[in-house]
Amino acid sequence: MLLEIKNLKVSVDGNTILHGLNLNVGKGETHVLMGPNGAGKSTLVNTIMGHPEYKVDEGSIIFDGKDITHLPANERAKAGLFLSFQNPEEVPGVTLENFMRTSRMAITGKPVKLFAYKKELKEKMAELNMNDGYAERYLNVGFSGGEKKKSEILQMLMLNPKLAILDETDSGLDVDAVKIVSQGINQYKNKDNSLLIITHSAKILESLKVDYVHVLVDGKIVKTGGSELVGEIGRNGFQKIAAAAV
Amino acid sequence: MEKKKTMVKDIDRTIYDIKDKVHPSYEVKEGLTPEIVEEISKTKNDPKWMHDFRLKSLEIYNNLKVPDWGPSLDGLNMNDIVTYIRPDTPMRGNWAQVPDDIKNTFERLGIPEAERKSLAGVGAQYDSEVVYHNVREEVRRQGVVYTDMESAIRDPQYGSMVRDHFMKLVPPTDHKFAALHGAVWSGGSFVYVPPHVKVEIPLQSYFRLNAPGAGQFEHTLIILGEGADLHFIEGCSAPKYNVANLHAGCVELYVAKNAHLRYSTIENWSKNMYNLNTKRALVEEGGNMEWVSGSFGSHVSYLYPMSILNGENSRMEFTGITFAGKGQNLDTGAKVVHAAPHTYSDISTKSISKDGGTCTYRSSVVILPQAYGCKSSVNCESLMLDDRSRSDTIPVMDIQNDDVDVGHEAKIGRISDDAIFYLMSRGMSEEDARAMIVTGFAEPIAKELPVEYAVEMNNLIKLEMEGAIG
Repeated sequence: MLLEIKNLKVSVDGNTILHGLNLNVGKGETHVLMGPNGAGKSTLVNTIMGHPEYKVDEGSIIFDGKDITHLPANERAKAGLFLSFQNPEEVPGVTLENFMRTSRMAITGKPVKLFAYKKELKEKMAELNMNDGYAERYLNVGFSGGEKKKSEILQMLMLNPKLAILDETDSGLDVDAVKIVSQGINQYKNKDNSLLIITHSAKILESLKVDYVHVLVDGKIVKTGGSELVGEIGRNGFQKIAAAAV
Repeated sequence: MEKKKTMVKDIDRTIYDIKDKVHPSYEVKEGLTPEIVEEISKTKNDPKWMHDFRLKSLEIYNNLKVPDWGPSLDGLNMNDIVTYIRPDTPMRGNWAQVPDDIKNTFERLGIPEAERKSLAGVGAQYDSEVVYHNVREEVRRQGVVYTDMESAIRDPQYGSMVRDHFMKLVPPTDHKFAALHGAVWSGGSFVYVPPHVKVEIPLQSYFRLNAPGAGQFEHTLIILGEGADLHFIEGCSAPKYNVANLHAGCVELYVAKNAHLRYSTIENWSKNMYNLNTKRALVEEGGNMEWVSGSFGSHVSYLYPMSILNGENSRMEFTGITFAGKGQNLDTGAKVVHAAPHTYSDISTKSISKDGGTCTYRSSVVILPQAYGCKSSVNCESLMLDDRSRSDTIPVMDIQNDDVDVGHEAKIGRISDDAIFYLMSRGMSEEDARAMIVTGFAEPIAKELPVEYAVEMNNLIKLEMEGAIG
C-alpha cells in the first residue's frame, strides 16, 4: 500500500472536520474523491501534505511504509508526495524556473544540471501549451486561473512524485484547458505511481482510468466504488448517496 | 503538528568587523570647538574662503537644534566624537604604495578587484582622508575629472567650480548635521564630466571608518555637463565598536540639461553608527537622475536623498531597500521637488525589519504651482519578519496645482503561513522557504544594484535566514 490513512481525526482552530477517516491508495492506482462543499476534502489533502494549521487529533498517515503523520511538509515532499494546490500562492521575485530548480534540488538532494533541466522544462511547458515566457515570470504572479493550474501540473511533471494529489485542479478551467491538463495527468501516470483526484466534474476523468471513487460527506467516507459511482453522483447528488449509505 | 518558529540570524559582518590597529598620524581632540575647527582648517591648508566657511558653519551648528522628529539621537554626544583623524599615509594613485593594513582592509572589501574588473575609477577613504584615488587613462583622456575634494579645491582649473557649487545645494543652514558637515568636512570625491561625454563604466568611491568614537564627514560633489552620462557608486562600512560613531556626509549632484546620472549606494555601517547623511541633486531640463540606495547597516539612519527637478521634462527615479535588524532604527526615504512643468518622479522602496528592528519610510513630494503636467508615483512596501519588529510609513505630499498625476501605494505585510507551506510542499525547509520569500521580495531592487552588490545582498539575506529553529 502506498498511502494508508487510519482513523484520521483532524481539527482546525478547535473545530473537528474529519471524524475518523480511512483511505488506502495502492501503487499504480487512481482514486477520485468527491463530496459536497465543506465535506472536508481540502482538509484531508492539506493534512496529508502537512499544513501546520490542520491538527491531527487521532489516527495516522502511513506513506510508502513510513509514518508521516507528524513530519513537516518538506519531508513529505521528499518522500514522494505532491499536492497540486487549488489556489497556489503567488511568490513575487522568484521565477518559476528558479523555483522549480530549487524544488528539485531540495527533493532529490542532488545538484541539477542547468542545461538539461532547462531543456526538459521547455519541453514540458510546450506539452502543456504554456508560453516559454512563463519560466522567467515570478511564480504565479499575475497568472490567470488556468495558467496557475497548468503551472501546478508542470511542477508535478518535473518532480515526478510517487503520489500526486490534485485538489480541484480542473475547477475554473475552460474546456480546452481541461483537455490540456488531463493530457498532462496522463503523461505523468504510469503503472508505479498513483493519483488522488479531487473534483466536482466528470470531465477531467473521461480520459483517465479510474480505479476507485470515494464519496466524502461530513468528514467521513460514506461510500467507495468504481468509476460508475461518478455517474451515480451526477444523477442523484451526494445527499442521496450519503442517506443510502447510513 | 506543532508549529515551529524560525529564528532569523543577524547579518554576518565578519568581513566588515575586522578592525585595523588605530595608529593615525594625526587627530584632533574629541568634541567641537572653534579651536578644533581652526585646527582642521589649518592642517588641511584650506584656502581662506573655506576657512571662513567652516567657522561660519560652526556658528550655524551651534544655533540649530538636534532634530526631534525622527529616531532618537540621545546616544550621540558630540563632545565624545573625534571629528578629524588622518591616516598615516598620503593619498596614493597606486595600491602598492598604500600601507599594508589599510590596503588589506580594502582588499577584503573587494575594492581593488572591482577596480580591475568593472570600474573606471576608484577613490578610497580611510577615516578622514582619501588614501587612494585613481581613474583609468582612457576616462581621463575624455576630460573626466575624478579626484579627492582637497585636490579639487586647490586645483587651478576646477577650484573655482568647486567654490561655486560647494554646499550651495545643501547649505549649512539646512539642518544641524549639514552645518556640522560644513564645519568639519574632510575627504570625499569630486567628479566633473564634460558636456556630451559618456562614461561607459562606473566610478566608485568607498568610505571606510576604522577608528572608534570617530566621525566621517566626506563631501561628494559631482557635476555633469550638458548631455553627460555617469554611473557613480558609493560604498561605506565600518567595524563595530561599543562607542557611538557618526557619519554626516554630504552629497551634491548637479545634473545639467539632458545629462544622466545614476548614483548607487550600498551602506553597511556597523550598528554603533549614527548615519545622518544628506544627499541632494539638482536636475535641469531633460536631465535624468536615478538613485539606487541600499541601507543595511548603522544603529540609526536619517537618509532621504532629494531631487530638485528644476528644468522642464526632467526626471528622477529612486529605488531603495532598507533592512533593519536588532538594535537598528532606520528612517529612510526620498524627497522630490517638482519645480518645472512636465517633470516626472518615481519613488519605489522596500523595507525588511526583523528581530526588533524598526524601518520607517518617510518621503516628501512637493509639486510647485508652476510645475503643471507633472507625474509622480510613490510605492513603498514593507515586510516584517516577526512580531517584535516595526514598520512605519510616513509619506507627505504637497501638491500646489491641479494639472498633475500623482499616485501613492503603500503595503505593509508579513510572510504568510500559506506561502511557507506552499514552498515547503515543494521540498524546501522552512528556513529556505522564508529566505526565498524575502529574497524574492527584495529582487526588484536587487536587480538595480551593481551586480557584485546584488550578489552580496542576496548572500546577506541567505545568511540571515539560515536559522536555528527553536
